[in-house]
Amino acid sequence: MTRIGVVTFPGTLDDRDAARAVRLAGAEPVALWHADADLRGVDAVVLPGGFSYGDYLRAGAISRFAPVMGEVVEAAGKGMPVLGICNGFQVLTEAHLLPGSMIKNDHLHFVCREQVLAVESTETAWTGEYQPGERITIPLKNQDGQYVADERTLDELEGEGRVVFRYEDTNPNGSRRGIAGISNARGNVVGLMPHPEHAVEAGFGPDGARGPRSGTDGLRFFTSVMRALVS
Amino acid sequence: MPKPEILDPQGKAVAGALPRLGFGQFTAVRQGKRFELEVDGPVTPEVLAAAAEAATQVLSNPVIEDVVRVADSEADAAATISSGNLA
Repeated sequence: MTRIGVVTFPGTLDDRDAARAVRLAGAEPVALWHADADLRGVDAVVLPGGFSYGDYLRAGAISRFAPVMGEVVEAAGKGMPVLGICNGFQVLTEAHLLPGSMIKNDHLHFVCREQVLAVESTETAWTGEYQPGERITIPLKNQDGQYVADERTLDELEGEGRVVFRYEDTNPNGSRRGIAGISNARGNVVGLMPHPEHAVEAGFGPDGARGPRSGTDGLRFFTSVMRALVS
Repeated sequence: MPKPEILDPQGKAVAGALPRLGFGQFTAVRQGKRFELEVDGPVTPEVLAAAAEAATQVLSNPVIEDVVRVADSEADAAATISSGNLA
């Protein structure tokens, strides 16, 4: 069975939901601890959301130096799929696995909403089961969600097809070019601000076509990586 | 400090509040961070160099922030290292 690690840092909030999403997708979640330089033989890693180290210094800045992150960076370099969600995305940028950074939302408010995204790349380990251009709805909840990078980096990301998700209908935080998620060049490392792990089970997700809270658009992140690992 | 080209939402919010409190002469505000590091013993050039290294590698994120000053705060005319010399 595919084993997917979920890292817990001090201040991580969404590790249980991420593990639950992994299980609902049909894989085995494996709890990974920030202080252990050990990935326990997992096939992929999820860095979940929250406020690791209270976002002190900068979001994700201290977590980057956790013992487990050395292992994650090394494994990512060898092609292991890594998904950073919200605070996990911030950790990936601080660890230089993904370019750019996140700063405070342009309107200064905490955002919590059901967000429509366009899936712009299905070439990554985490998006293979989506259709190019597909619109999906998953929750967005953050304070420091404004994606920024210099113009050259943004041009490079767009030119190489590494903008994986873009905000649709509205730009909720002032992110450059409406970018919600990106990947590395190889496509095994993906980071995004919205939360796929909160939209994996009917009854607990965003409102969907089949009724209130029926949305499960996030589930295919996890089935995508299972397929990518098999092929 | 946030890089000049990076939007500083906190500074903008402060800039919006100042005129309401009667400080109408300020046209813009940018908000940064100041870290005070302590050592046992004197602040040698080596200590300052280590502080500069920590400033660029950990305390700031070069994607969004510039290190504008690393100095011995107790020596008034402290050696100032411009951010350009830190890389």
